[in-house]
Amino acid sequence: MSRALWIHLVKDLRIEWRSREAINSMLFFALLVVVLFSLAFDPRGSFSRQIAGGVLCVATMFASVSALNQAWAREIRHQVLDAQRMAPTPGSDMFLAKVLANFLFVSIVQLLLAPVFLVFYNLQILGDGWLLALVLPLGTWALVANGTFFAALSIRSRNRELLLPLILFPIFMPALLAMVLATGSIITGDSDPSLWIKLLFGYDIIFTTVSLLLFEVVLHAE
Amino acid sequence: MTLNPPEAAPSTLCARVEEVSKLFGSFAALRQISVEIEIGRCYVLLGENGAGKSTLLRVLAGLLHPSFGKVSVFGGQEPQQARDRIGYMSHAPMLYDELTGQENLRYFASLYPGRDCLSPAEALRQVGLDPNLDRTLGQYSQGMRQRTSLARVLLPAPELLLLDEPFSNMDIESARQMVELLARFRQGNRTIVLTTHQRELAWPIADYVLTLHAGRVASFEAGRPTL
Repeated sequence: MSRALWIHLVKDLRIEWRSREAINSMLFFALLVVVLFSLAFDPRGSFSRQIAGGVLCVATMFASVSALNQAWAREIRHQVLDAQRMAPTPGSDMFLAKVLANFLFVSIVQLLLAPVFLVFYNLQILGDGWLLALVLPLGTWALVANGTFFAALSIRSRNRELLLPLILFPIFMPALLAMVLATGSIITGDSDPSLWIKLLFGYDIIFTTVSLLLFEVVLHAE
Repeated sequence: MTLNPPEAAPSTLCARVEEVSKLFGSFAALRQISVEIEIGRCYVLLGENGAGKSTLLRVLAGLLHPSFGKVSVFGGQEPQQARDRIGYMSHAPMLYDELTGQENLRYFASLYPGRDCLSPAEALRQVGLDPNLDRTLGQYSQGMRQRTSLARVLLPAPELLLLDEPFSNMDIESARQMVELLARFRQGNRTIVLTTHQRELAWPIADYVLTLHAGRVASFEAGRPTL
């Protein structure tokens, strides 16, 4: 980890620790989605296992949009981004630090959500439960890497709150499908999730690399 | 239109602006501006709101690309290539509300690796702030934020200092202290370009006064610096 990346990351974590804006807004939104879905579908037994993966992924996806927008809104609030643009450190470090910070925030929300989820959906995992520890981080990384990049792209737009999901969700769709199907396979134990895990892995590598390569252009765009 | 500093002896240029225009859509914020900025001088930009002062500073800082014309700094470099040698202070503080003044400065100083930066505490002392102030920037007054912002710009000891309305939100005494600080800064053969509506405050350090009107240079006069 480069020194500049570490500096950006520590700053982002410190600001979030003091404000708790991202985690609080994500947590309440995700909780709301999980509870409302459980009330709407009255999930039990096998039906619960079939929809659980989808509900978890969609709740995470929608909840993370506010955090992703906030991550950059902080940087433009007092034109801090201009001060960072003047500094001689590479923009890719700042981008990667933001992705890591967002990944951590979303993962914390997922961890806090997990027990609530298990209770509300009466879940009993029939497949290899430990694989969730691989699928969820891979899916979350796909979401935050793309989301952080597209949030930066739309940050100067007046309609950024609307623009981010409009750009992000279609591009995230293959990863979302892989995440939902892999989670579903693990919970139901019906099929082998390895193909979806490989797809998520490939998706993460490709989109993280492309975002890193293009970020400098996005950062200095007028 | 090319304007050379009146009565200026030939010297090394810090920046050169040649026929620069900047368009935002169909609105021309700058119209064919040409200016040569000498090393170690202080230039004061005057003009009403919307005259193009802030745009000119952002073009010099490399934060905006000119739509037409050319800007070069430090003997031919594009500003984008020399951003680390330029300090830019906007009318916004360019700092985080959630961090203390010292934490903000420590963060920005560490973005200049290998540079002999001022220590955050020293930079804060120079602008008349207590480095041990244990309050986040969000709890500072506007004037204190402005001073912390100046401290941030001074940290890496830039060769060209671009200040957008540095005296706004400041009481007269604090503004005078800032002028004295800028005068000391300029004595180190560093260049200052600042915009202000309070011309009387900048007068003691103004080597040249450039007045903009509707994106054009309306006048360019020599000042009579006393500091």
